[in-house]
Amino acid sequence: MTDDTIYSQILDDHYREPRNFGRMEDPDVQVTETNPTCGDTISLFIKVKDGNLAEISYVASGCLISVASASILSEKATGSSLKEIRTMTKSDVLKNLGLKLGPAREKCALISYDALMKAIDRYNSS
Amino acid sequence: MDIDVEEIRKHFPIFDRFRRDGIVYLDNAATTQKPREVVDAITSFYYNSNSNVHRGVYRIGEEATELYNHSRENIASFIGARSEEIVFVRNATEALNIAANNLPDVVGRDSEVIISRMEHHSNIVPWHIASTRYGIRVKMMENLPDRQITWEDIEKNLTEKTRIVSLSQCSNILGTINDLSAIGKRLHELGIIFVVDAAQSVPHMPVDVKKLNCDLLAFSGHKMLGPSGIGCLYGTSEILENMPPYMGGGEMIREVYENGFTTADVPEKFEAGTPNIEGAIGLSAAVDFLKKIGMDNVRSHEKELIKYTLEKEEEYALESLHSYGPRNPDIRAGIYTFQMKKGDSGKPFGNYVHPHDISHLADRIRGVEIRSGHHCAMPQTVALGTYATARASFYIYNGKEDVDTFFDALKAIEKKMIA
Repeated sequence: MTDDTIYSQILDDHYREPRNFGRMEDPDVQVTETNPTCGDTISLFIKVKDGNLAEISYVASGCLISVASASILSEKATGSSLKEIRTMTKSDVLKNLGLKLGPAREKCALISYDALMKAIDRYNSS
Repeated sequence: MDIDVEEIRKHFPIFDRFRRDGIVYLDNAATTQKPREVVDAITSFYYNSNSNVHRGVYRIGEEATELYNHSRENIASFIGARSEEIVFVRNATEALNIAANNLPDVVGRDSEVIISRMEHHSNIVPWHIASTRYGIRVKMMENLPDRQITWEDIEKNLTEKTRIVSLSQCSNILGTINDLSAIGKRLHELGIIFVVDAAQSVPHMPVDVKKLNCDLLAFSGHKMLGPSGIGCLYGTSEILENMPPYMGGGEMIREVYENGFTTADVPEKFEAGTPNIEGAIGLSAAVDFLKKIGMDNVRSHEKELIKYTLEKEEEYALESLHSYGPRNPDIRAGIYTFQMKKGDSGKPFGNYVHPHDISHLADRIRGVEIRSGHHCAMPQTVALGTYATARASFYIYNGKEDVDTFFDALKAIEKKMIA
């Protein structure tokens, strides 16, 4: 087995220097999600302007996959319309990670996605 | 006799795959591998004697009943019990659910039950459910992560309402082996019912229910080389006779009337429906396998492995490695739970390796398969000051070279992940 089958350089980089990491002052919506199997938690904050995701940030305690996935998702989603983001599927998120994950680790990768979708739904219904 | 690990591995077909793919399986506290003897016993039943038990008077029906009854006797004598004291259930979890569901009617609903913080969720949640349903009160006593449960721990929580104490003989997270004989004796002097979760002890050390002074005891087949879906609830005849039935249906009745029923004798009283016949036969074959090795030898082998693990831990002296549980191998099972964390680097990440990452990387880097998460022991995990840990756990087919590979993996993980 070689190192490239482990975690890619890109994921590693996102984990060590997660983009958009931190709390947000006055978010439009804040959502907290947990993964009951390992206790991973993410609090995700969004600000919306003219139907677009103007700002996103999060604080998370979790594994490399969950943090890197949140970081990549935050980069992808920033600036897009809520409508567009809402069409993103779970398999899109997993594809963006470029890793083949088992069912247990998929939950890690999708915790930020679940939080973001919930945040958008909550914004839309408010 | 020392255990010859290489010789033992020859009995486990999955080791062909382990050798081919370079897998070192160290999640034996979760479930164990199955020897050919167990698989063959199940196959042979299906190929030669398959029929229902306790019913048919034809030849293969009687063979099936004989095999099933023999399995119960064999498993009973393995833990120093009599056949009628063994109820076949799905697993230790189901056994503990029967205890928690049925004891409130034996002891009275105004009673208190004491459990410890090191319990598996299987010995916590059923009591909480019983509390909601029947009104009994559950008290979780504190215990230190590096020593056994003591009588003093229990005594602090005793009141005149305490009627049940339910404890694990061996913690699935700390590896602590609790010395329960003396505790059982004192509880009996006080007329308190003693329930033992033996899921991590029966597979790994000699267990004698009479010496333990317990009233009920639970264990699972799949953690001791047997198939999944079969386990046992041991109970003294007195307790089993006093407890109401758990589920109704076939097998558990003596007679059924338009307006009621009478129950079968124990243990059938608790075995509604067609039982897991092949499971019982498979577990009996697993017991034969373990008896041939000798449970004293199983225990001394695992004690040697954990001793070696603790020595290796000191030798490697990995900066980020923190492990839990007693350091004295005499009271420690082959369970090694740990975290990888270095002082605060000021950054959110880079000073800590999440247990899921440890587990993932150990597998990908060195083929070492270990568990991560809360190990179904959230109260103990939280008491350790965290929400998840990683765990390696050994069995008879693990050798010192597996421990070496494990520490090589941890060293590589620290190098890769800790800044």
